[in-house]
Amino acid sequence: MTALLPRRGLAQLLALIVILAVDRVVSPQFFDLRLQDGRLFGSLIDVLNRGTPVALLSLGMVLVIATRGIDLSVGAIMAISGAIAASLADSHGLPVVLAAALGAGLVCGLWNGFLVAVLGMQPIVATLILMVAGRGIAQLITEGRIVTFSSPDLVWLGNGAVLGLPVPVAIALGMLILTAAVVRGSALGLLIEATGGNARASELAGIGTRAMILSVYVWCGVCAALAGVIAAADIMGADANNAGLWLELDAILAVVIGGTSLFGGRFSLVLAVLGALIIQTMNTGILLSGYPPEFNLLVKAVVVLAVLLLQSPKLTGFAGIAARLRRTKA
Amino acid sequence: MKGLPPVLITAVVLIAGFVLCAVQFPNIASTRVVGNLLTDSAFLGIVATGMTFVIISGGIDLSVGSVIGFTTVFVALAIERWGMPPLVAFVAILALSAAFGAAMGTVIHVFDLPPFIVTLAGMFLARGASFLLSTESVPITAPIYSTVSDFAVRMPGGGRLTAIAIIMLVIVIGGALLLQLTRFGANVYALGGSRATASLMGVAVGKMTVKIYMLSSLLAGIAGIVFSFYTSAGYSLSAVGVELDTIAAVVIGGTLLTGGQGSVIGTFLGVLIQGLIQTYINFDGTLSSWWTKIATGILLFAFIALQQGLVALARRPRTKSLGAAT
Repeated sequence: MTALLPRRGLAQLLALIVILAVDRVVSPQFFDLRLQDGRLFGSLIDVLNRGTPVALLSLGMVLVIATRGIDLSVGAIMAISGAIAASLADSHGLPVVLAAALGAGLVCGLWNGFLVAVLGMQPIVATLILMVAGRGIAQLITEGRIVTFSSPDLVWLGNGAVLGLPVPVAIALGMLILTAAVVRGSALGLLIEATGGNARASELAGIGTRAMILSVYVWCGVCAALAGVIAAADIMGADANNAGLWLELDAILAVVIGGTSLFGGRFSLVLAVLGALIIQTMNTGILLSGYPPEFNLLVKAVVVLAVLLLQSPKLTGFAGIAARLRRTKA
Repeated sequence: MKGLPPVLITAVVLIAGFVLCAVQFPNIASTRVVGNLLTDSAFLGIVATGMTFVIISGGIDLSVGSVIGFTTVFVALAIERWGMPPLVAFVAILALSAAFGAAMGTVIHVFDLPPFIVTLAGMFLARGASFLLSTESVPITAPIYSTVSDFAVRMPGGGRLTAIAIIMLVIVIGGALLLQLTRFGANVYALGGSRATASLMGVAVGKMTVKIYMLSSLLAGIAGIVFSFYTSAGYSLSAVGVELDTIAAVVIGGTLLTGGQGSVIGTFLGVLIQGLIQTYINFDGTLSSWWTKIATGILLFAFIALQQGLVALARRPRTKSLGAAT
């Protein structure tokens, strides 16, 4: 567990606790939980449930960023997979629907990975292409309409419960454990970090950096597709225009809050998901406090700036000098 | 003559596209349609001019769409609710947006942070601020707005070159001259080529970074004013996603996203290509608007792949680095 939650997670954990405490102040019932029809209800569960799409996106995004990349297209991939799931839901069984939607995510990830790893494009540019075109493709699938469905299987995916937890939360938890097991249970995580730290040196050390880069984009695409299916299942429909809109930015923000450097070379899955929860706890808190939801953006901007300044190489440089000065004085 | 071949290719694509459109719909080849094309893409052309400077210098500015949105709301409220004379409101908002850009540039330089994430914060900040001002669309009824909307230079063939199209053309030409003929422009190229080298050659990297982002936000502010002329209203959700259209126009115009190469004229042609796709879809009537996005995506891919090929050719003796930085 120490490998999953290193000491540097303390700041994020403290931030979450502080925000939770603030939420408790603005809404006294914040920590109330009740069990009804075999499912837990309450603001905390709500935070987990609403935070699921960004948490799933950040799982894939954190690996991409660890290789020094970035994936701007996750929101568009969500729209595509949601559109596919919604259009197939009423005519096909759940396995087919899931296979088609996740398959689409896989193909999108392959495309991004191909552009970055094989053609050597800058990640921000390569994924911009799908970010622009992807939403058009999603609208092509839904023919510009909002496709609704009533398939109980797919609806369960968005609104059902497993062991008292909402299904989306259980899925996100499962994906976190799966990703952590694969990446941290093997040397894969280390190889990904090495690729991000110095691609050329890693290549010379015998790491298949191309395969690493390709596979993180594929995984990011699959995670985004899963988030898209859950988002569609949640509202029982697919809206190609708005599904996952700007969520790529929230996912990047979650990863950055989780302490993963945008310059690659190190990452933490658990902290990225924690970052997603911090964002969602803020959002829910602002909603509960009665401030207009538009306030969210301002708060987010301030949080990004604060986290950035804390991460800034210059500031850590100052802190290092200050620490050294203190040591010499003592 | 750096960056000329990509511009030529963009120009050929634009002309070929225009000819193809004109063959199918002969009416497209009229000054009326061209005039409308210029008017509709006026704000995009202005903001893309600023983005060209940022991208050539090796940065990126994601905040421009939000700055446009904020500007329209601010101008509308200042004129309609706070009783400011329109010209005073314009000066105030331009000063505000320039200061905003300067602040972003300062943060990027002083704290050595990636422009992508700093301007992302700026995007949230500006959009959030415009939501705080007003979440409704505020109509602008000041007389200057109807005067400007009615003003147009008649072109032969009945086309109208509107005031906002003229503003855009002036800014594009001014931007091109600034980039090609001044020391400032040369420094922008130097920064994008290599920060370290530029710094060693005596370019004040910090000052330049601040100035470049200031220019981009200032032009976004002007684009916002033009946008408010275009719609005669201020709305906090206006110009959402424009940063992407802008970056796409710059890339299609042959500017290298890694910096160091590109031109304002190319960007202008890129803006026109996007406008032409939109015009074609409007003329066709059966195609839906999402084809614009797909076509833009395909063009983006084609141009980036082309650049990638040209760069690879130019650097053939050296080995190509993998997983390039953002």
